[in-house]
Amino acid sequence: MKKLLSLSLMILALCGILWFGSYHLSQSQGAVTTQNTLNLYNWGDYIDPKLITKFEKQTGYHVQYETFDSNEAMFTKIQQGGTAYDLAVPSDYMIEKMRKANLLVPIQTKKLSNFKYLSKDFLNKSFDPHNRYSVPYFWGTLGIIYNDQEVKASEMQHWDDLWNPKWKDQIMLVDSARDIMGLSLISQGHSVNSTNLKEMVAAQEKLNQLSGNVKAVLADEIKLYMIQNEAPIAVTWSGEASEMLDANSHLHYVVPSEGSNLWFDNIVIPKTAKNIKAAYAFLNFMLDPKNAAQNAEYVGYATPNEAGMKILPAAIRQDKQFYPPASTIDKLEVYQDLGQTKVEEYNDLFLKFKMYRQ
Amino acid sequence: MKKTRSFFMVPYLAWIILFVIAPLILILYQSLTNNQGQWTLQNFQTYATSWTYLKMTLNSFWYALLITAVTLLISYPTAYILSKMKRQQLWLLLIILPTWINLLLKTYAFIGLLSRTGTVNQFLAFIGIGPRQLLFSDFSFLLVASYIEIPFMILPIYNAIVQLDPALVNASRDLGATNFQTFTKVVFPLTISGVKAGIQAVFIPSLSLFMITRLIGGNRVITLGTAIEEHFLTTMNWGMGSTIGVVLIVMMFIMMMLTNDRKKKRQEVLPNEEKTN
Repeated sequence: MKKLLSLSLMILALCGILWFGSYHLSQSQGAVTTQNTLNLYNWGDYIDPKLITKFEKQTGYHVQYETFDSNEAMFTKIQQGGTAYDLAVPSDYMIEKMRKANLLVPIQTKKLSNFKYLSKDFLNKSFDPHNRYSVPYFWGTLGIIYNDQEVKASEMQHWDDLWNPKWKDQIMLVDSARDIMGLSLISQGHSVNSTNLKEMVAAQEKLNQLSGNVKAVLADEIKLYMIQNEAPIAVTWSGEASEMLDANSHLHYVVPSEGSNLWFDNIVIPKTAKNIKAAYAFLNFMLDPKNAAQNAEYVGYATPNEAGMKILPAAIRQDKQFYPPASTIDKLEVYQDLGQTKVEEYNDLFLKFKMYRQ
Repeated sequence: MKKTRSFFMVPYLAWIILFVIAPLILILYQSLTNNQGQWTLQNFQTYATSWTYLKMTLNSFWYALLITAVTLLISYPTAYILSKMKRQQLWLLLIILPTWINLLLKTYAFIGLLSRTGTVNQFLAFIGIGPRQLLFSDFSFLLVASYIEIPFMILPIYNAIVQLDPALVNASRDLGATNFQTFTKVVFPLTISGVKAGIQAVFIPSLSLFMITRLIGGNRVITLGTAIEEHFLTTMNWGMGSTIGVVLIVMMFIMMMLTNDRKKKRQEVLPNEEKTN
């Protein structure tokens, strides 16, 4: 008992010392106040750290980088408002949801001198008309990734190719209701934003036919499995795909020409923001073509910055896998926030598909 | 005296109220409200009328039952042999050791073992059976889940066997019982408390496994845990997620009741149990 008591006292004392030490360190680094700090709330590893250092040097602001791993987690945290995040990077449908929930501060794009470098293709989308609340950061697509050792390019160009009986037990799908239901909807000629229950049910029934070909429904693990050749085919997002392609040269990524999802991660200023001035400075800094290009090279996603794209090495710029031709881009659709009821219907149908066994 | 005693109760009471009772009440409250915060039984109605959820409940129950049966079949003999060994502490430590490692790490280790280019398949190819699809199957799910749960089954059974008075076994032999009869009539009935504790420790967590269903089962095995995760993280319908949570809690209570009834009787038969330990 005595031993236990002294041990726990020791641990407590150690914690105290550490706390004191860290407090002292942060003090000596110059007082961190809301005046000179920018709280950036972003996805993990989604910015070139060198750019943050550059920004700090240029402007004198101190950047506090915090990460989240799902839009929903970020939404909950901003709604509860504990931390004064000055900037956040939600995806398209979440921007619409946050906008409707009054969680965003309007952005005056006129104040951003570098806003003009953005490509018109990626502005004024349905989730944020006239970009009143958000500035595009990265964009991408949903597509098919395949291994050329087992799949010929000609065999995997369209969503319907997934249904080929040849791929029995060969396909991995990303565990996301909107995406998988969406690809089935597109293959039947409907919109990914369909709210017609008949179309949705038909899409789910078509998915049931796919179930024999599906090896697994996974999240981030797809990356690991595709690199290790666990399966020859997977449906996933372009950002994930670019990382897989870097690690395994046999992998290729295809955006079906009949259409797919076009997704965005945009920067917004949430209601929690305390340092609007720093937020604008950072937005403008990231829109600078040189910085945008450097960031795109580091992260590997497609940049919406037209001038920045021109600086990128030709090998990246001309890669049809990640910068698809305009004819395909025209057919890509952005997800809309369909409201709670429809989202649940999508998820329930998807759950039904996951439970379906042939 | 009485006052000081109730004073020492304070931290325990506070703990139980804050971390046991309050969360349970919150879950119940969430399950009885909709997204607008109005009282409703809608969630339970949705649950009871949805074939998907009912099937999922049956699935969870079935897999938990299988996992419990597999671990029990392995653990009872193991615990029995363990109790007869020298250096029991060392062997016990080896059984407990894996529980010190993070669950996710152990699961990822299994991915390395079972994947198409993994160790097991390399061995299968070496002996000429050729690589097989091991991941994303019922088999691999049961294997990994059982592996993770086994220590929690062995320990209570081992404790029960060690507490068993050897004189009772000797008496049974003296009275002419065969080894088999001694086991079925004396040893097993007297260690059933350990088995029950083990079942509780394994069955209940197995009901809501969800990490393993995705990582190893590739979502080809769907349990209630999957649905709870989805409702809290994707659809943000906390009410429905909590409703499924309530269903799980009810299932757990039923399990506890089924495995708790004989405890008092046993103590009457073995009043000296505490002393022999």
